[in-house]
Parts: sequence; structure tokens; C-alpha cells
Amino acid sequence: MKRNSSEINAGSMADIAFLLLIFFLVSTTMDVDQGITRKLSPWDDGLKPKSSPINQRNIFTVLLNSNNQLMVEGEQIGLADLRAKAKAFINNNGNGSCAYCTTGQELSTSSDHPEKAIISLQNDRLTAYESYVAVQNELAAAYTELRNELAMQRYGLSLDQVSDLQFNQVKKCYPLLISEAEPLSL
Amino acid sequence: MSKFKKKQGGGTPAISTASLPDIVFMLLFFFMVTTVMREVTLKVENTKPKATEIKKLERKSLVTYVYVGKPKDMYASQLGSEPVLQLDDAIARVNEIGNFVISAREEINEAERPLMTVSIKADENVKMGLITDIKQELRKANSLKINYSTRKGEVFGEER
Repeated sequence: MKRNSSEINAGSMADIAFLLLIFFLVSTTMDVDQGITRKLSPWDDGLKPKSSPINQRNIFTVLLNSNNQLMVEGEQIGLADLRAKAKAFINNNGNGSCAYCTTGQELSTSSDHPEKAIISLQNDRLTAYESYVAVQNELAAAYTELRNELAMQRYGLSLDQVSDLQFNQVKKCYPLLISEAEPLSL
Repeated sequence: MSKFKKKQGGGTPAISTASLPDIVFMLLFFFMVTTVMREVTLKVENTKPKATEIKKLERKSLVTYVYVGKPKDMYASQLGSEPVLQLDDAIARVNEIGNFVISAREEINEAERPLMTVSIKADENVKMGLITDIKQELRKANSLKINYSTRKGEVFGEER
């Protein structure tokens, strides 16, 4: 004899699913981690030989004091001017050896070549983290703009459209070199 | 004998809800896949600074977090009001970072260890002295890839 099994009522399935859905909706955090990535220099225990000194004109000195005031190359400027100043410095093409620096001013007091340009960033122990990040951001923005211009000029594409290989070539032309000294009292 | 005539439904027929569970399940799976449970309870205030030139951190398993900020009000009686450091669930001192980072590195697959990143999630009001100390400890522990965690937004806000 065959027993006819009654169908299971699936009407409450939706309720159960809703319950789970609401739980996951509440517990979910959608935030992605994002930030400014930097590489620290290895710990120097004083054993390594000193590298050859760098020509002063290739160093772009940025000082940030305890009142969050900015001093660039010996003159006090606002944060809004930092990006343009950094761009002019990197792209200066002082000895005329840089084929892609089309807008270089070729000043003898500024950097020789983008690959040689080094940004020296120094801050006080009482500098606010917010301004430090803002300065790092502006310096990174200067490089991004220069890289973007080069990508446009070479490939006719903006930096986020080029292939990985092209991106790396552009990046090699404008390497991001930031040297951070130990904080002083400024 | 007259049969009762069934009422001819004048209005629209009821919408079938049979596919409702399917839709809900679809949403449910979406949230189940995207969800990340919060691993730590923050004991410090953490308003990240704003920046525009930001990169996403791709591999969560390779990232170690260091939280820095003023203790929250409910912990202020024990911890004071000066910015402190939080590693996992506990408040720590700066010289404990080295061991913390090294033990985190041990847990990562050997081939991927050089890709490990330390994400510094610091409050925007923290002074750089503490951040510098952290960076020095990280240099000593030879963990050189760091990331200053930020929010997306223009840096030119209220002050310049």
C-alpha cells in the first residue's frame, strides 16, 4: 500500500530566508581598506657604508613643523601650492638629459632628471597625523599627475587605462623617491 | 435547481509570491559572500584622515592592522586621554609591535611573506611622534611595507 506523503509547506521558507538576510545585512561591513602605501627603508644599524652624497639640487626639502606649517626649499608655502612646486621640481630636467620632460624649466637650481629627484620629508614629533597624510597625499598626487601626462603623451590613454606593462614603464620614468629623516624639533 | 454561480473576480488576480524565496535567497547569498565580520572591538577613537591618492588593499590575509588613537570615553578612566596603540583586542605599548608583527608574519605562507603589509589605522588627531616610533619599530622588525589607512576625500578641508 502506498502512503501518499503530503507536501511540505514551503510558505515559511521566505520568512527563514528573510531572517538570515537581515542578520547578514546588519553584521556586514562594506568598507574596503584603502590608504597610501609606502615602503620604509630598512633599519640602519650603522654598519653599512655610507652611500655617495647626493647633489643638493636633486633634493626637494619639505619640512612640516609642530604647527603644521609647511616649508619647502627654504620658503613657507601653503599646502595648496605643494603639488605644483613638487611637479616643477621633479620635471625640471636640469641637465637636459630627460627626453620626456616636455614642460621642464631647466633651472640649474632644481633637479637634473626625474630619476634622480628625491623628496626629503621631515616632520616634527608634534606634527598632526592629518597634515602629514595630507602632505604625503599631495606628493603622491604630483607624481600621479606627471605619470598621467606621460601616459597621455606616449599612449594617448590616461593612467588607469593603460596596460600593466605600460604602467610600469611610465612608473619607471617617474619613480617615487621619498626619503624620511628622523623627526627633529622644527 | 440552480447552482450557485461562482463570483467572477472583477479585480486583478493575486500576485504569485512563489518566487519571493528565490529572490530573498539570492540577496542572502550576496550578503553572505560579501560580509566580513568585524574581528576586533575598537577601544580607541578612529577617524581616519582624508586623502585622494589611495590604493585598495587587495589581500586581507596579508594585512596586519595597528590601531592608534585616543582611548574611547568608556576606557578613559583606565587608559587616560593620551593616544595609545591597539593590537588585536588589547592595548599595547610601542615596543610590543615588533613581536606582534613577527608572529603575524609567521602565520603567513612563506612564499607570500614579503607581500605582508602593516596597515596603520591612526586617528587624524594623533601626533606624528607616536607614528614615528611605530615606524621605527616596524623597521627594526623588518616589516617595511606599510599603509596609512585613509578615507576618500579632499585634503583641503577646514585648515590648510
